Amino acid sequence: MELLISVMVGVMIATGTYLMLARNVLRFIFGLILISNAANLMIFVAGRLTPESPPLIPDGADVPPDIVANALPQALVLTAIVIGFGLFAFALTLVYRGYQSMGTLMSDEMRLAEPEEDRQ
Amino acid sequence: MSWLLAAPLIIPFATAVLAFLFRNGPEGRWISVLGSAALLIASGLLMQAVLAEGVVAGQMGNWPAPFGITLVADLLSAVMVVITGITGLAVAVYALADIEERLEKLGYHALFQVLLAGVCGAFLTGDLFNLYVWFEVMLIASFGLLILGGRRQQLDAGIKYVTINLVSTILFLAGIGLLYGMTGTLNLADLHLAVQEVENKGLLTVVAVMFMVAFGVKAAVFPLFFWLPASYHTPSVAVSAIFAGLLTKVGVYALIRMFTLVFTEDVDYTHTILLWVAGFTMVTGVLGAAAMNDFRRILSFHIVSQIGYMILGLALYTPLALVGAVFYLVHHIIVKANLFLVAGVARRIAGSTELSAIGGLYKTAPVLGLLFLIPAFSLAGFPPLSGFWAKYILVKASLDLELWLVAGVALVVGLLTIYSMTKIWGNAFWKPHPAGMQPKLGSLSGRDRASLILPIASLAILTCVIGLFPEPFVQFAERAAAQLLDPVDYVATVLGAEAEGATGLAQLEGIE
Repeated sequence: MELLISVMVGVMIATGTYLMLARNVLRFIFGLILISNAANLMIFVAGRLTPESPPLIPDGADVPPDIVANALPQALVLTAIVIGFGLFAFALTLVYRGYQSMGTLMSDEMRLAEPEEDRQ
Repeated sequence: MSWLLAAPLIIPFATAVLAFLFRNGPEGRWISVLGSAALLIASGLLMQAVLAEGVVAGQMGNWPAPFGITLVADLLSAVMVVITGITGLAVAVYALADIEERLEKLGYHALFQVLLAGVCGAFLTGDLFNLYVWFEVMLIASFGLLILGGRRQQLDAGIKYVTINLVSTILFLAGIGLLYGMTGTLNLADLHLAVQEVENKGLLTVVAVMFMVAFGVKAAVFPLFFWLPASYHTPSVAVSAIFAGLLTKVGVYALIRMFTLVFTEDVDYTHTILLWVAGFTMVTGVLGAAAMNDFRRILSFHIVSQIGYMILGLALYTPLALVGAVFYLVHHIIVKANLFLVAGVARRIAGSTELSAIGGLYKTAPVLGLLFLIPAFSLAGFPPLSGFWAKYILVKASLDLELWLVAGVALVVGLLTIYSMTKIWGNAFWKPHPAGMQPKLGSLSGRDRASLILPIASLAILTCVIGLFPEPFVQFAERAAAQLLDPVDYVATVLGAEAEGATGLAQLEGIE
């Protein structure tokens, strides 16, 4: 199971990197979203996968049974997803506003903030 | 103790909420100034406690150390928070005259305070994942500030800034995941012990380099700095001053923290990379500045070149070099923020920051000339200003290690810095104004003049004080560097004496 998810993380990062190499900023953002999800999965796997063993302490015991799922990476992933969602919502809005005011999505045509002599 | 540590976070957040509620009236900006002043006082109290006790740590919610949320301040953290307070207050006062009402209504002051909270949080946290969260708080506030107002140029710069910073964030997150998988802990003090027990040292070095790249983007080191000169000259002057002063330095701080506390296994490898990075960062930054013709763009490239010096201090990894790095951090934040503030005043009275479009400031505004020369000479390293001592310590540290080339590079870059500063001086101050304007400070209203010049003058005086009486500051930096190189106190204070030995996975095994 760990191996399977690791391979999936690899594929997602490869796909994301491919998308990020595009000149189109929107594709770049999509690639970024893929990689950020891959990073989340990476944290998840790093906490070791223990299926069908919830981190619950049975009645009458003080500690959980032998092997339980690690709750911490799940909490981390949850936080990272929420933060990532906010950031990407902002990034997409920004790209849309940029498209509205600059009329392009191509990164090499975005030269407004560069010095004059470079613009020729 | 917890309150002392939490105050630098609670104060800016509370100020942000209040400033947002009053964003439509003039109260908002005064709330921001008061909040920044309160932050400075709180950081001073924290500094006092740290000076008395060495390291101060607090567990939020009273969960014991490796499990709960830890806030910790050693000398480096404390001094960074104090500097944040000083620059925050200076820029908040400057913003009284600089930020238009339109931007205030969009929530400028609230975003500014959230930014300060994020910066303080990053300096004070004792937990790797919390460091990530504070970086995000800082980042989202900086996104907002950068594009506030929505001019086309800002949007263009914003897209570059946002995308590249998001890449570094993800790299940071992935690094956290891998490090957690290897050690089973995220508490920095606990990590210090846990990484020593990792069997696969090679993988640890790989993760170390991931962190190096992630923080390298934030710190704007070669070859990851291109977003900085592409964006820092576009927002309001107050915004670019606080960015220039604080944001990249959070990246440098994170590098120093991680590469003295956690990744010290393979110093030969990681710190050699850092040494090359430092050299190239210094040279490319200063050459880039030499090619620019805009006040703020020149200064932006100089941020990059100065970051190189701080990384150099970390890369040499001797006690003296770290003293230099700490001293340089403190000196640089004050000087760089100040130069951006001067650039703002020049734009205000002469009409532009483009050097070909302004001039004559020396003749008509000699006070501004003097206030520019102090931070400019300090940046270049003229004695007896603060920059001289910072550079002197670093060059001495590299000569002690017989790294002649590095010492030479550091000196030549200082020389080229003077070249850029002379260019600004010659164009903005000496040559007559091309449009025949007579830029005068007197053209500003009395209130504007006070709130623009007061922070600049205060920061300039601070630079002179550090330069003229460096002894206590160097002694302080020596103590801070000693703490960094030998984090026994740090670890013991965070974890408590009884937790020693059982770390990360070892603790889990103990439970099983």
